[in-house]
Amino acid sequence: MKFLDYAPAPESQALLNLKSDYGLFINGDFTAGRGTPFQTINPATEQQIAMIATANEADVDAAVAAARHAYDGVWSRLSGSDRGKYLFRIARLVQERARELAVAETLDNGKPIKETRDVDIPLVAAWFFYYAGWADKLDHAGVGPNPASLGVAAQVIPWNFPLMMLAWKIAPALAAGNTVVLKPAETTSLTALLFAEILQQADLPAGVVNIITGDGSTGQTLVNHPGVNKVAFTGSTSVGRAIARSVAGTDKKLSLELGGKGANIVFDDAPIDQAVEGIVRGIFFNQGHVCCAGSRLLVQESIHDDVIERLKRRMQTLRLGDPLDKNTDIGAINSAEQLARIRELSDLGQQEGAERWSTDCVIPENGFWFAPTIFTNVSTSHRIARDEIFGPVLSVLTFRTPAEAIAKANNTPYGLSAGIWSDKGSRILAVADKLRAGVIWANTFNQFDPSSPFGGYKESGYGREGGRHGLAAYLKPAVRTGSRSIPAAEHAPVSKKSASASKKSASASKKSASAEKATK
Amino acid sequence: MTHTPLATYQPEQRALALIGGEATDANLRRYLHGIPGIDAVGLEARAADLGTRSIKTSSKRWAIDTIIGLIDLTTLEGADTPGKVRSLVAKALVPDPSDPGTPRVAAVCVYGDMVGTAVNALGSAHAAGGTEGVNVAAVATAFPSGRASLAIKLADVRDSVAAGADEIDMVIDRGAFLAGRFGQVYDEIVAVKDACRRVDGSMAHLKVILETGELNTYDNVRRASWLAILAGGDFIKTSTGKVAPAATLPVTLSMLEVVRDWYRLTGVQIGVKPAGGIRTSKDAIKYLVTVAETVGEDWLTPHLFRFGASSLLNDVLLQRQKMTTGHYSGPDYVTID
Repeated sequence: MKFLDYAPAPESQALLNLKSDYGLFINGDFTAGRGTPFQTINPATEQQIAMIATANEADVDAAVAAARHAYDGVWSRLSGSDRGKYLFRIARLVQERARELAVAETLDNGKPIKETRDVDIPLVAAWFFYYAGWADKLDHAGVGPNPASLGVAAQVIPWNFPLMMLAWKIAPALAAGNTVVLKPAETTSLTALLFAEILQQADLPAGVVNIITGDGSTGQTLVNHPGVNKVAFTGSTSVGRAIARSVAGTDKKLSLELGGKGANIVFDDAPIDQAVEGIVRGIFFNQGHVCCAGSRLLVQESIHDDVIERLKRRMQTLRLGDPLDKNTDIGAINSAEQLARIRELSDLGQQEGAERWSTDCVIPENGFWFAPTIFTNVSTSHRIARDEIFGPVLSVLTFRTPAEAIAKANNTPYGLSAGIWSDKGSRILAVADKLRAGVIWANTFNQFDPSSPFGGYKESGYGREGGRHGLAAYLKPAVRTGSRSIPAAEHAPVSKKSASASKKSASASKKSASAEKATK
Repeated sequence: MTHTPLATYQPEQRALALIGGEATDANLRRYLHGIPGIDAVGLEARAADLGTRSIKTSSKRWAIDTIIGLIDLTTLEGADTPGKVRSLVAKALVPDPSDPGTPRVAAVCVYGDMVGTAVNALGSAHAAGGTEGVNVAAVATAFPSGRASLAIKLADVRDSVAAGADEIDMVIDRGAFLAGRFGQVYDEIVAVKDACRRVDGSMAHLKVILETGELNTYDNVRRASWLAILAGGDFIKTSTGKVAPAATLPVTLSMLEVVRDWYRLTGVQIGVKPAGGIRTSKDAIKYLVTVAETVGEDWLTPHLFRFGASSLLNDVLLQRQKMTTGHYSGPDYVTID
């Protein structure tokens, strides 16, 4: 036998307890959606996992109203330390159910279990732990003493890191005192709904977090809803642009985390074997479905051939297949639609004259798959060097001097991430200083930590997530009273409250109940 | 796979061609310091990642038997006696009396004065460098510190070879290496290699112990690995087992990367032996995975990979019994040697 044909080592699905149908999570309870339900499938098998409800306009109204009510009645009145207690509780419950969440995420998204187990879910817990600690320390968040929360946050997240993106959005929003209506991506709603069960377990007051599902139109209705004070979106640049347009002229605060075409710069004095690992991690982690992926490799011309030979050799050890197998490195592409886009751009790369090379792995019969691929002889004018492919496809370009590397790295409409590989510390600092990217990794790639802010320049969006900076997206300076004259309207967001005023009386009785829970 | 003309050189010429001149301190320094560095965090992350491979069922069964066949069963104590060595040899030949199908280990590893005892105890099962049976490896060159004159070290080697040792595990002069006297380290390895020659002209296999725990940095480990291979070592070995830390997965990975690069450069396969500190099947399987995914599974043969270990064998046997019978036994169901 060949040892490297490792025997199957599938993670058990026994601890999953999935329902066949999932409703919307509004005001602390699951309710049926009024839109047409849709199926969520396992992209590795194309089999249905469950039916998911669609929220129509009335459902969005209800969710926003529930969030407004919870904001006014409970959440904005809780002390920071009490909000923190809920967040700590959520973090612990995520840890307790980590294996179950990892399996569900892998089923629904197609990413390998070793990533959901070792990266996604641990980071989800870490994000809640981190912001739990911030909840009673907002004076130090950088927006002045006694900062105020914004109100209801509408959050729309992508399918590449479903639960992790949820955590990046919900944790800082709640820590800062906002309430939330979140819409997960259409193809990956499942773990958000499991997370809703965790919120019930945690006794989070009803309406503080509402999770509504559906397609793009549900998201559009949500961000355009007059009752929200804050819109946070992670996803494609085209949708981000549309959101920016629709939010323009309103007083909604907006943060966008959009696409990228990250440059991974390898200098000739780089620790070469680790650089090759970093290139692999940069573009093949999560099938390349990473907005900050190192999708453009800029390698110094003098070591190009050596690096490419080592890279190809290393890529041959990548194991593509059943995402639930613990030895799988490359899982399934999330959807047929995404697969089509990756294919289209890759074919275009070939037509443009770049040299295509893929690993000779066996592609499973069912499901959506794309073999890890690199393009050499790529020019800066090629589409595959400019467009975000969002798949396991690397474009290799060369440079001769640090100045050329910097110029080429910055020559993109995006500005999310970059990597620098060199044994020379002074060079790393000098180059990093000149790169226009929100995140720059030195001798590593695709590392995430809740204490580190993340976000982009230019068409990669604005606003930061993570760290102290991530709180600023959900806070505003204290509403000042006293000697300085401020128009009365600014004292309290009256106009925003009026949207839910009619429902206030109906929910008054629930206030005391929620307040009681909060003191537990 | 094609190789550069370096493959056709004699080993000594090859080294000189690569270094670009005589093996002086200056030439060797220029060469060794021209090798790309190692990022410690990245190396350790990669090793940890390889350690997460899940080896189950048929793969595990194969791995367990392979590990046994790669072990240099070792006793290196001041208290070693002929009786202890005979007992070790018996264990090497029949690792598990309850299952005669258990493979034999690759070699027994002893001090030089015990080589004759080991050879006698093995009798017809002495592989003598062949593929059937068990080899005898001897530590030499003033093991473990290496602090003796070159004449003494060479006498130590010749003595063991004459007594029938098939493999010599030498130590490099770490003091000379750390002081930058690369030429001295190189010349010593060349001299020891020469001393491995038997009267009939054949050679005992030379394993070069770097004692990575004393070299301290991965960059030093990588340079020492290149130096040992350039000088003609057949194997590079991590540790004596007398210094902590002994073998670690990242150190072994960095050595395997050198071996892989040397093969790319010359077409010559060099062996790797992590020694000391590998005590469980689980750990040993991580090494197999690291070998297979770094240099290829061709290396998982006794000619190219060994575990220097004593307590590892019993843990592997317990795992083997568990896979055969379906339940765990206990330490009294494997023999102490």
